Amino acid sequence: MKEWLDLAVALIIVTNFMLVNTSRLMACIRIVAIQAVILSVIAVLTHLHSLDVRLLALVLITVILKAVVLPQVLRRVTVGTGIERELEPFVGYSLSLMVGGGLLALSFLMSHFLALPVPGGSPYFLPASLFTIFTGLFIIIARKKAVTQVMGYMSMENGIYAFGVSLAIHEPFIVELSVLLDVFVAVLIMGVAIFHISQQFDHIDTDQLSV
Amino acid sequence: MLWLLILVPALAGLFCILSRSGAFSRPTLPLVSTVHFLLVIACWVTVPRESLPTGWIGLDHAGLLFLTVTSGTFLLTSFYAYGYIRREGLAQIKDMEEGFFFKNSPDAVFVGCLLFFLATMTLVTVSLHLGLLWVAVEATTLSSTPLIYYHRHHRSLEATWKYLLICSVGIALAMLGNFFVVVAGSGIGGHGFHLSMASLAENAGKLNPAWLKAAFVLWLVGYGTKIGFAPLHNWMPATYSEAPSLVAALLSGALKACAFLALIRMHQVMLAAGLGITSQSLFILIGLVSLIVAAMFIVRQPDFKKMLAFSSVEHMGILALGVGVGGVGIFGSMFHVVNHSITKTLLFLAAGNIVHVCRTRTNREVRGLLRSQPATAVLWIAGTLAIVGAPPFGTFLSKLTILQGMIHEGRWALAVAYLLVLGVIFASITASVFPMVFSKQEENEGDIRPEPAPEPLWSILPLVVMAAGILVLGFYMPPFLADVFNGITLSLGGK
Repeated sequence: MKEWLDLAVALIIVTNFMLVNTSRLMACIRIVAIQAVILSVIAVLTHLHSLDVRLLALVLITVILKAVVLPQVLRRVTVGTGIERELEPFVGYSLSLMVGGGLLALSFLMSHFLALPVPGGSPYFLPASLFTIFTGLFIIIARKKAVTQVMGYMSMENGIYAFGVSLAIHEPFIVELSVLLDVFVAVLIMGVAIFHISQQFDHIDTDQLSV
Repeated sequence: MLWLLILVPALAGLFCILSRSGAFSRPTLPLVSTVHFLLVIACWVTVPRESLPTGWIGLDHAGLLFLTVTSGTFLLTSFYAYGYIRREGLAQIKDMEEGFFFKNSPDAVFVGCLLFFLATMTLVTVSLHLGLLWVAVEATTLSSTPLIYYHRHHRSLEATWKYLLICSVGIALAMLGNFFVVVAGSGIGGHGFHLSMASLAENAGKLNPAWLKAAFVLWLVGYGTKIGFAPLHNWMPATYSEAPSLVAALLSGALKACAFLALIRMHQVMLAAGLGITSQSLFILIGLVSLIVAAMFIVRQPDFKKMLAFSSVEHMGILALGVGVGGVGIFGSMFHVVNHSITKTLLFLAAGNIVHVCRTRTNREVRGLLRSQPATAVLWIAGTLAIVGAPPFGTFLSKLTILQGMIHEGRWALAVAYLLVLGVIFASITASVFPMVFSKQEENEGDIRPEPAPEPLWSILPLVVMAAGILVLGFYMPPFLADVFNGITLSLGGK
C-alpha cells in the first residue's frame, strides 16, 4: 500500500521532468493528462480507509475534466494552429532540465521547514506537490507559446489540487465542484483566446503579440 | 434577499447572451443595474448587520460597504455603457494607432458579460467562506476577460491574454493559501472544521501559526495580483489602455475594491489568530512598494490611460497602508475605498470621452480640451484634482485621515515617505493634465485646431453625479456611512 503511494509520488516527479524537457506540444498535453490521472490515484490511495461516494464522485469528475475533456480541447486548438513544437523557448531545454532539478531541491528544502502538523500519506507527498506547482510556474515563465503556457497553468493547478485533495479534504462538496468549474472555464477561455491569437497573428508566440 | 442580488444580474446576463439581440440587451443593462442598486439600498434598511454572520453568505459592515461601492459604480457606468455601445456598435472602426480596421464584440455578448461581472462581484462581497470567496474572485476574472477583448484587434488580444493568465495564476496561489489554512487547522479534532469566517474566528487561536503565516503570504500574492499591488501589477497598464474606458473604469473602480475586500477577510482571520502584527507589517510593506513604484511610472508617463492605471496602483498602496497602520488609518482606508472608486470611475469615463474625440491616448497630442469638449474638460480637471488629493474633495480628507493614523501610531518615517511620494505624484499628474485642458493646439502646419465636438448627455450626466458625490464627501460625511466605517474599524482591531 505505502509502496504504491511512494511509487505514484515518484511518477509525479518524473512527469514534471518530462514536462520541462519536451518540446512537442502533443506530448506536453499527454503528460499533463497523465499527471492528472496519477494525482487522482494518489487521492484515492490516501483515503482508502475512508472512501465515500462524495470523494469518488469528485475524483471521477476531476479525471473526466482534466484528463479527457480539457486535453481534447487543447489538442483541437493545437491542431487548428498547425504548430507541433515549441522551438525557441525563452529558456532552452537542457537548461530547463537543470532548473527543474533546482526546483526539486527547493521543494524538498521548503517541505523540510514546513512540517505537516498531522502526519498523513507519503512523506514525499508535500515536496512532490510543491514541485508540480513550481514546475507549472516555471513553464509559464520560460515558454513563449500560449498553448505551452496553458499547460504550465494546468500543471500548477494539478499540484495545488493534489495538495488540497490529499491534505485538506473537509471542504464542502459544492465548493470543490465550483473550483473545478472555474478552472475548466478558465482553460476553455484560454483555448478560445489561443484560437483568436492564431487567427490574428499566424503564430501563437506571446512575446511577439505586440508587433 | 442576498441570493436575489446575485441571481438577478446572472440570469439577466444569461438571457442577453442567449437572445443574441442587441436591441434587447442594451436597455436591459441600465434596467438591471438600477434594480440591483435598489436591492442594495433595501439591504441597508432590512438586512441586519451582524458582526460575524454565520453561514456561507451574509452581510457584515465590510461586505455592505463594498457591495454598495460596486453596485453604485456599476449603476452609473451602465448608463454610460448604454450610450457607448449604441454609438460604437458593430461598425467597422479604424484603429487609431496603426490604421487597420476592426470590429467590436456583439452587443449581446458584451452586455451579458457585464451583467455576469456584476453578479460575480456581488458574490465576492457577500461570501463569508474562504472557498466560496476564491471561486467568486476567479469568476470575476473569467467574466471580465471577454470585456477587455471588446475591440477585436491584436493589441487588445494581447492585453486580454496577459490579464487572464497573470490573474489566473495569481488566484491559483490564493487557492493554495486556502489549503494552507486547512493544514494549519488540521490539528483541531473532528471534521467540523471548515473555511467559513465564523468557524475560523472560533478556532483561530488553535491554528498552527507557521502555516497560517505562509497562507497569508500566498493570499497577499494571489489576491494582490488582482488588486494590482506592485510588483504584481504587470497586467494593468496594457489592460487599462486597451480595454474600452468603461471596462477600465469598472475594473479599477469596482473590481479592485472587491479584491481588496478578499484581503481584508484574510486579515480578519489573522487578527483572530493573534497574528495581526504579521499581516499589518506585510500590508505596510506592499503598500509602500506600490506607492514608490507607482510614483516612478507616473512621472513623465506619456499615455494618460496608463497614467490612470499607475494611479490605481498608488491608491491600492494607500489602502494597504491605512489598514497596515491600524487605528484611525483603517477608518481612513475604508473612506478612501469609496472616494477612490468614485473618482477613478469618473476619470476613466472622462478619458473615454477624450479618446473618442481626440483619437489618441498620448498626453501631448491632446490640447485645448476646454474649447473642444468643455463639459468633459471640467470633469476631467475635477477628477484629477480629486485623485491627487487636493481639497475640497473627499480624497483629501481620506488621505489626511490615513496620515493621521500613521502619526497617531508614531510611524513618523512612514508618514514622511507617504507625503513625499504623494507630493511627487501630485506634481506629475497635474503637470501632464493641465496642459491637456488649457493650452491651445500647437499651430504647426497641417495641424487641425480642435473643433467643438458634441457631448451627448449619457457621456456627461453619470460623470456629473460622480463629481458631485466626491465633492459632497469632502464636506459632509453621512452618518450611515460613518457608522459602517466605524463598524469595519472595530472588526479590524481598531478603536
